[in-house]
Amino acid sequence: MASTDGAIKEPILAADGTPLKQALRRSQARERRAAFLLVAPLLLFILIVFAVPIASMIWRSVYNPEVRNFLPQTAAALQEWDGEDVPPEPVFQAMAADMIVGVEKRTIGRAAARINREIPGARSRMMRTAREVDEWSAPYREKFLEADERWSDLDFWRLLKRETRLVTPAYYLLALDYEYTADGEIRPRPEVYRIYKALFWRTAWMSMLITGICILLAYPISYLMATQPARVANLLLILVLLPFWTSLLVRTSAWIVLLQQQGVINELLVALDIIDSRGRLRMIYNRTGTIIAMTHILLPFMVLPLYSVMKTIPPSYLRAAKSLGAHPFRAWWRVYFPLTIPGLAAGCILVFILAIGYYITPALVGGDSGIFISNLIAQNMQGSSAQLKLAAALATILLVAVLVVYWVFNKLVGVDKLKFG
Amino acid sequence: MAVPSYATPAERIWYYAFRAICALIFFFLIAPIIVIVPLAFNAEPYFTFTREMLALDPEGYSLRWFRALLGSSEWMGSIRNSFIISISSTIIATALGTLAALGLNRRHMPARGIITAILISPMIVPLIITAAALFSFFARAGLANTFPGIILSHVVLGTPFVVLTVTASLAGFDETLIRASQSLGANQSRTFFKVILPLLLPGVIAGALFAFVTSLDEVVIVNFMAGPAQTPMTVRMFSGLREEISPTILALASLLVALSIILLTTLEMIRRRNERLRGMSPG
Repeated sequence: MASTDGAIKEPILAADGTPLKQALRRSQARERRAAFLLVAPLLLFILIVFAVPIASMIWRSVYNPEVRNFLPQTAAALQEWDGEDVPPEPVFQAMAADMIVGVEKRTIGRAAARINREIPGARSRMMRTAREVDEWSAPYREKFLEADERWSDLDFWRLLKRETRLVTPAYYLLALDYEYTADGEIRPRPEVYRIYKALFWRTAWMSMLITGICILLAYPISYLMATQPARVANLLLILVLLPFWTSLLVRTSAWIVLLQQQGVINELLVALDIIDSRGRLRMIYNRTGTIIAMTHILLPFMVLPLYSVMKTIPPSYLRAAKSLGAHPFRAWWRVYFPLTIPGLAAGCILVFILAIGYYITPALVGGDSGIFISNLIAQNMQGSSAQLKLAAALATILLVAVLVVYWVFNKLVGVDKLKFG
Repeated sequence: MAVPSYATPAERIWYYAFRAICALIFFFLIAPIIVIVPLAFNAEPYFTFTREMLALDPEGYSLRWFRALLGSSEWMGSIRNSFIISISSTIIATALGTLAALGLNRRHMPARGIITAILISPMIVPLIITAAALFSFFARAGLANTFPGIILSHVVLGTPFVVLTVTASLAGFDETLIRASQSLGANQSRTFFKVILPLLLPGVIAGALFAFVTSLDEVVIVNFMAGPAQTPMTVRMFSGLREEISPTILALASLLVALSIILLTTLEMIRRRNERLRGMSPG
């Protein structure tokens, strides 16, 4: 024992005389730095050009600066107000001061426009008062009420106080078909305006349906390819890869050509006297069109992972199960199917996540009943600044949904590597 | 896998029924793509087969839509824009992605999991969200309606594919080959160019092709980001399919089908070459 103790006291040295531990640590640090330097350009790029824009979009969906920035003194004065009665003189004084500054800097219009979105007509009243206010003197409260009795409207002041908050959930409420009442309660929007929640559900169930159909179609052909000799399997694989590599717009236009009322399928059915010329099938510009075209477009994403998993399952497993007395179906269900679950999961997550965010195909073949939430995000992105914020809120909800789905799938089955081609 | 001689009648029926079902599914996959090619040669401005076409009458076919496509300065300009965008973004994405994949596969890479997740994330986030975020961000940076803005956003979309394919080709990499090369007297750079790069190249090319096709096919981001001067062919096709549908679109579509066949063949050749090279290495 004593001799080994003595040996440890003397540290082992590297070739250059430094202790080996230290030399190792130094060289590993160098390795780490080298590896990180290789990754750094792309990491920096993705952070700046992808992560920051996404974060700023999320921030924009709750950011509510108009009232606080353009009516700062009023915003401060309103903090004291209890919301029970017409605000006291200091609030009106602050409003007058803000208006004078706002007219000078030409920002009053933006504050007025923001409030006008909630209380129609508030804009013209604010603008009119703002033009007169620099000739007034204290006490302002009477002057305001004299100029327009609607300045005593409690709902206006309550709204103003609510909107002084820099962060607002208003766009998320809107995106889920809720709204603020005049006194700040949250209530569902009137029936006619409720579109978003229904559309979120439709997007979800249609994506699930498309994923389901993809499983039904992909499973048999993947199995067939997996059990064929390599030469035949490669040929069949080309039939899957060609659509996979073909432009999405080409495939969508192919379905328009096939499915429209004067299209190939309808003409064929009429020529064969299966349907009457007036009884042409409506297969496109509705839900059916979206489902058919999207299933076709997303099917390769189900086949490829499924096939790559099935390829690795030895056929002898099924034979063994059968020779042990299992009915062919039981053998398949108890032995083969469980082994394909990783491929199935990878396919499902790919198809579902792609489907839930689809925009192009529903926009082209979906009509009104076949559009997805993405189509409304796109629509709102071309609108006013309020619509832009609503689009940001809708997009954030969709993003969270996608991430949750991804996380759950990953927890359940572990999607290690997504395979392509 | 023919029907075994001991199969029961039910098994025989199932065997043929199964094949018939599979044939139908393959038909569903491939028929829509095949059908648009002859329609692009239609002599009439219809989206369907005319009687003359079905009778294989040469009168029924013509090259007028291809001529219309090639003769239109708008279409040709947009095709040129598309290639400017996708070639530039492919080059940048391939360079960045390959470097990153090399780093990620170093043994001592710190925080590998989280960094990989960040680098792959553009693939998971739905396109419309990326479009919404990038459009507002680039608009404020003055990059909307410019080529650099579009190219940068396509680099974002393309890099995950490059990272994945290069990583995959590194995963099957036999480290002993490096030592073998060095023990035979090659220095570091010779080893890299003669041993590592040829084995890595298929992954790099495959990733570059993915990035190229992703950019060439992309509609959602460019639809918001491209101004009149940058309009790529996808945006023109998209608005064409929405408004005035003309078989010119089918002519372009069949050219794109031809392009995808070329790409597919290229990838298949790379894969075979790769297998051959790998086959020579032990293990």
